[in-house]
Amino acid sequence: MAQKYELKSKEVWDGNTAAAHALRQAQVDVVAAYPITPSTPIVQTYAQFLADGYVDGEFVKVESEHSAMSACVGAAAAGGRVATATSSQGYALMVEVLYQASGMRLPIVMTVVNRALASPLNIHGDHGDLYLGRDAGWIHLIANNPQEAYDMTLCAFKIAEDSRVRLPVTTNQDGFLVSHTAQVVEPLQDEDAYKFIGDYKPLNPLLDTKNPVTHGAQTEEEWHFEHKATQHKALMESKSVIEEVFNEFEKLTGRKYNLVESYKIEDADIALIVMGSAYETAMIAVDRAREEGIKVGLVMPRSFRPFPYNEVAEKLANVKAIAALDRNSPMGAMGALYNEVAGALAANGQNAVMTNYIYGLGGRDTTAEHILEVIKETNKNAEAGKRVTDLQGFINLRGPKLSFN
Amino acid sequence: MKNIGNLKEFACTPDRFQGGHRLCPGCAHSMIVREVVNATDDDLVVSTATGCLEVCTSIYPYTSWDVSWIHIGFENAAAAISGVEAMYNALSRKDRLYNEDRKVKFVAFGGDGGTYDIGFQSLSGATERGHDFLYVCLDNENYANTGGQRSSATPIGAHTSTTPRGRVSYGEKQRKKDLTMIMAAHGCPYVATAVPGTKHWKDLAQKAAKALSTVGPTFINALSPCTTEWKFKPEETVEIADLAVETCAFPLYEIEDGHKLTITYRPKQKIPIEEYLGRQGRFAHLFKPENKWVIEEWQKNVDAYWEYLQRREEAGV
Repeated sequence: MAQKYELKSKEVWDGNTAAAHALRQAQVDVVAAYPITPSTPIVQTYAQFLADGYVDGEFVKVESEHSAMSACVGAAAAGGRVATATSSQGYALMVEVLYQASGMRLPIVMTVVNRALASPLNIHGDHGDLYLGRDAGWIHLIANNPQEAYDMTLCAFKIAEDSRVRLPVTTNQDGFLVSHTAQVVEPLQDEDAYKFIGDYKPLNPLLDTKNPVTHGAQTEEEWHFEHKATQHKALMESKSVIEEVFNEFEKLTGRKYNLVESYKIEDADIALIVMGSAYETAMIAVDRAREEGIKVGLVMPRSFRPFPYNEVAEKLANVKAIAALDRNSPMGAMGALYNEVAGALAANGQNAVMTNYIYGLGGRDTTAEHILEVIKETNKNAEAGKRVTDLQGFINLRGPKLSFN
Repeated sequence: MKNIGNLKEFACTPDRFQGGHRLCPGCAHSMIVREVVNATDDDLVVSTATGCLEVCTSIYPYTSWDVSWIHIGFENAAAAISGVEAMYNALSRKDRLYNEDRKVKFVAFGGDGGTYDIGFQSLSGATERGHDFLYVCLDNENYANTGGQRSSATPIGAHTSTTPRGRVSYGEKQRKKDLTMIMAAHGCPYVATAVPGTKHWKDLAQKAAKALSTVGPTFINALSPCTTEWKFKPEETVEIADLAVETCAFPLYEIEDGHKLTITYRPKQKIPIEEYLGRQGRFAHLFKPENKWVIEEWQKNVDAYWEYLQRREEAGV
């Protein structure tokens, strides 16, 4: 039996420490992980918990991220609670197995400390890894600060393991900006956190050898489509479970999370849509813009997958112009957030002038001033009633101005 | 450790690997697998790499497996079983095992592609970490599932679809990688070679039983003659396997604790390698005058390796 960890009502934790404590409190049965910057401190902290008797599960120190996720899949299919953490190249190496984990409907929880993808090699934060796993069939939750990293990780277990969902979940936090930035976090006590998540509910466990099951069968044209459609349905319908879990979490902690977060959107003429730590920076920019008389609001999908398209559209029902900010190189297209939001508006018969901004790649700083500039440009579009700024711009990029129209 | 007994007794063991699978007629995989899964009375969790065995035994909504079974991908059968074994240990420590009264053993199967090549890293990692499992390589010396491409287990001179014989080519240029010795070098408590068939069935079953009763990572490299890609008649599989042993192309031995080598079968008189190569279409071109040197090279390699095994056994170090 693992020892209780004495926690104060307020701790000063960075995002990695917060995630590690959430894994500890979930009493994860198997963690299989491989170190990679900037998520390394999660597994180091977890190893120390193990060494000090605060964890009594297994920690499999695999030889690669590919094996990390493979061992997670084996362990989850065996019939217990499983978690891991990674970033960037490690995430990329896992991608094959991410699809297998979700296709096998295994409720693995993974903290992704978002980092740019090489080349050029870069250890700092952007959403290259998150976007890479977009279609992998996982639920992707976004945390903007250490408190949220902790809260989302606790919620992730409950969402993943719900019998209506049974899908793996990532909780994403920006590399360094969240993972290595210490802030005040209000944790739950161990027993309250565990009680919130609940005991693991097995489904067809391999280790129930009296009832042998086959996991990871082959399907061809006769059945593959039905399996993938069923999986998609579970992902789409997980929205209601996510909301249920968020509501339950609010009752316990007073902290309210939503499928779509927003800031001052109710009376806004224009809106920015942004995910991750930049959302908090954008809040400052919104306040400043409002002092200058620009009625701007913010929107963030808390869940990147499933993408809450109707809920996003609803938030944006009354705005005239929208800027979607993507922290990922779109490589030949508009950014994913731009495309998702444009699709959400179209699906709901809404119109707004839309533009796309690429920002923060490889950890490039994005300040409130930068975002204020975006707000002003977006306001021009609103006032003109049509797009008068570039379709796709780049924030804080050096060299000659780059834009696409 | 299960007492294997005689063939009649062993053959009466209830099937854990069912017939009706889609492996080729004459495929050695099913013979090897049946022997391995029946070499213990304990419950099993089996992981299988993508490959012939996997695609022919798990086509939804059917399964050939009457044991707990998992397949994830091509290169991760060992990582998968290491996760299963870790979960077993975790649940055991937490008093949450599903069946307290059952002993469970962990087995992974991979072809030579999934073992020698793409899955070697995960096998090496799982072995080094000391998980308690048996890994069985079904070594048919090529990527048979994708139409017979070369692997690092393909022996010199073999025609494969990526090392075809041709006007200026004698087929595969490299010698077969010595995976068994590489696995022994990991310090595994038990490593062995084996072949399927009537003559050496007990050697295989006993080795599997021994491996399954050994704590820690164990490895069996089982030669699996491939009627489709080696190009011999389906009814000749066992004969070809026996010839591999009698010519010392694939000697039967075991290594304990990473060093103690024992030859488990010694041919009364080593048969020339031509007898083995000549029975397989994949080597037919070697009998042309310009390729004769490859056969000589084969014989030289076989002789040297057999000599090495005997000296190492004698030395007992």
